Amino acid sequence: MNLITKSLAALAVLGMTSAAFAEPVKVGMITTLSGGGASLGIDARDGFMLAIKQSGNKDVDVVIEDDQRKPDVAVQIADKMIQSDKVDILTGIIWSNLAMAVVPAAVAQGKFYLSVNAAPSQLAGKGCNAHYFSVSYQNDNLHEAAGAYATDAGYKNTFILAPNYPAGKDSLTGFKRFYKGELAGEVYTQLGQTDYAAEIAQIRASGADSVFFFLPGGMGIAFMKQYAQSGVDIPLIGPAFSFDQGILQAVGDAALGVKNTANWSKDIDNAANKAFVEGFQAEYDRLPSIYASYGYDTANLMLSALAKASPSDADAFQKALEAADFNSVRGKFSFASNHHPIQDIYVREVVKEGDILTNKIVGTAMTDRSNAYVDDCKM
Amino acid sequence: MSAALLIEQVLNGLQLGVMLFVMAAGLTLIFGVMGLINLAHGSLYMVGAFACAAVAAATGSFWLGLAASLAAAAITGAIVEIVVIRRLYSRDHLDQVLATFALILIFSEGTRWLFGSFPLYLDVPPILSGAVPLPGGGAYSLYRLAIIGAGILVAAGLFLLIGRTRLGIRIRAGEADREMIAALGVDIGRLYTMVFALGAALAGFAGALVGTIQSVQVGMGEPVLILAFVVIVIGGIGSIKGAFIGALLVGITDTLGRFLLPIAFGTVMNASDATAVGSALASMLIYILMAVVLVVRPGGLYGTAT
Repeated sequence: MNLITKSLAALAVLGMTSAAFAEPVKVGMITTLSGGGASLGIDARDGFMLAIKQSGNKDVDVVIEDDQRKPDVAVQIADKMIQSDKVDILTGIIWSNLAMAVVPAAVAQGKFYLSVNAAPSQLAGKGCNAHYFSVSYQNDNLHEAAGAYATDAGYKNTFILAPNYPAGKDSLTGFKRFYKGELAGEVYTQLGQTDYAAEIAQIRASGADSVFFFLPGGMGIAFMKQYAQSGVDIPLIGPAFSFDQGILQAVGDAALGVKNTANWSKDIDNAANKAFVEGFQAEYDRLPSIYASYGYDTANLMLSALAKASPSDADAFQKALEAADFNSVRGKFSFASNHHPIQDIYVREVVKEGDILTNKIVGTAMTDRSNAYVDDCKM
Repeated sequence: MSAALLIEQVLNGLQLGVMLFVMAAGLTLIFGVMGLINLAHGSLYMVGAFACAAVAAATGSFWLGLAASLAAAAITGAIVEIVVIRRLYSRDHLDQVLATFALILIFSEGTRWLFGSFPLYLDVPPILSGAVPLPGGGAYSLYRLAIIGAGILVAAGLFLLIGRTRLGIRIRAGEADREMIAALGVDIGRLYTMVFALGAALAGFAGALVGTIQSVQVGMGEPVLILAFVVIVIGGIGSIKGAFIGALLVGITDTLGRFLLPIAFGTVMNASDATAVGSALASMLIYILMAVVLVVRPGGLYGTAT
């Protein structure tokens, strides 16, 4: 009898997956924590760390470094993290030009990269990789939804505007894919530009019936304020990035009523999202942004895969990630064959709750949207 | 392309130009008088914007905020001069660049520590809000017109200060021969502090005015600093007049380039490519302008060629 209980106990111990006793997993987070894009990186980091804290998992060791939105700095940090910190998984990059500089080299060295935001088309199509997953979206997605929304709303002559970098190009390509009307104008601005007077003058002269713009972070604040002062009153539409929680308070009432497309909103009704929004407010004393939601989902996806396999067993870990066996704050979530999400994309409106400007879902722009590059990816 | 659009774009160029002048004037004065390369000038611009946003939020008055931006930047400038910059005059330019670069990091992180990483709210005062009609059927932001006016007033004030006052005489003398005016009994240390504080106040003023329509955030000063350096190189280092002409040239070239180049390329290629090529070339245009000016006049437009 004693022998039997002992062997049973031994078997039970053996039966526990290797993950439970795995050595600590090292995660390298490269993100933008200073300069004009800092609020995005800080939110992604805070969302990520919140999920790890809530999980109570003590085996995940996260190394965080600031890329200053500079591709060369990001590459240096990635090299250091891979060679000297010996990380197993990389994550955190916000900007697509930085992702293009870091991701291909990192996955070529056998590391996993989980994207909390940037997902350029180059990495979704021919440049896809078994070790690269985008948890946020494929860059075109929210812009495709904005194009679909503009068509549904009956706009026929839209002026479109984005910064001149990979995600900006993906943005306008995505918008045009589902927009059926004419273009009143198409303009690329500099990344980090803060004065949009010249572009606003062109918008005024273009005779457009609507303006689509993709300007994340400080760029969006500057554009919105200058637009409000310019006397141009053509309706604005954009992806969530142009009207994000971190931007709205600095823009002020000028943003009220503007429609934007998003795959997440704080009013999506599910338990995971509730735990996230309440937990984030309790921990950081501010409302979470869409970037925080991506960080949170990325960490939860990673934790769900770590519970099944260790990154040292690359094939098993990849399978565990592909299963996407976690509760996303977006509700439905699964991966397409090129490791980018299949998800619903909503239309939100900027509203005022008390004194706080925030977004509220008013409709659905696209259901179960995958991405345009699935067939180009040979994995 | 209508006349109204062209007028609006020229006004945009002027507005960018006068703001660059207010920034560059301080930079060129400090370089001309003290021979110091001050990379932290952009941080003083940021200090002005944050002081304006913080005071405007606390009191509800944009004008108090604007006054605060001048005071905060001038005081910060004076303190920085006394504590750090003073030790650098006799050092070579590399030491100055290193030390003032360190100041950028200290100011950026200090501001982040005080105000956080999220941009602050600062809006146009109601009296200057909205747009006014332009001849030819367009409209233009009243606030931007006010910026142009303020920039021209600052320029006029500086010309008077440098050309007509005792302080101006000393500044010019300091530029020409600093040992000699020290020997003549002018307190050169106090003069330097005053010039530095004046330059800082101008940067803070520009920061507050521009921050109102852009975004008040950590790191806002560095892109402007680069443009301000381009301006003083084109204008000739140390020359206020050169800074003025250089700033207007840069402002108008940049604005019109961004607007006209994609249109020009559109006549020979399809719209999407023209936009991409035109935008890329437009962002290089002011540097091409700088290179051309340096080839023709190596000392800048109004500089003393060396």
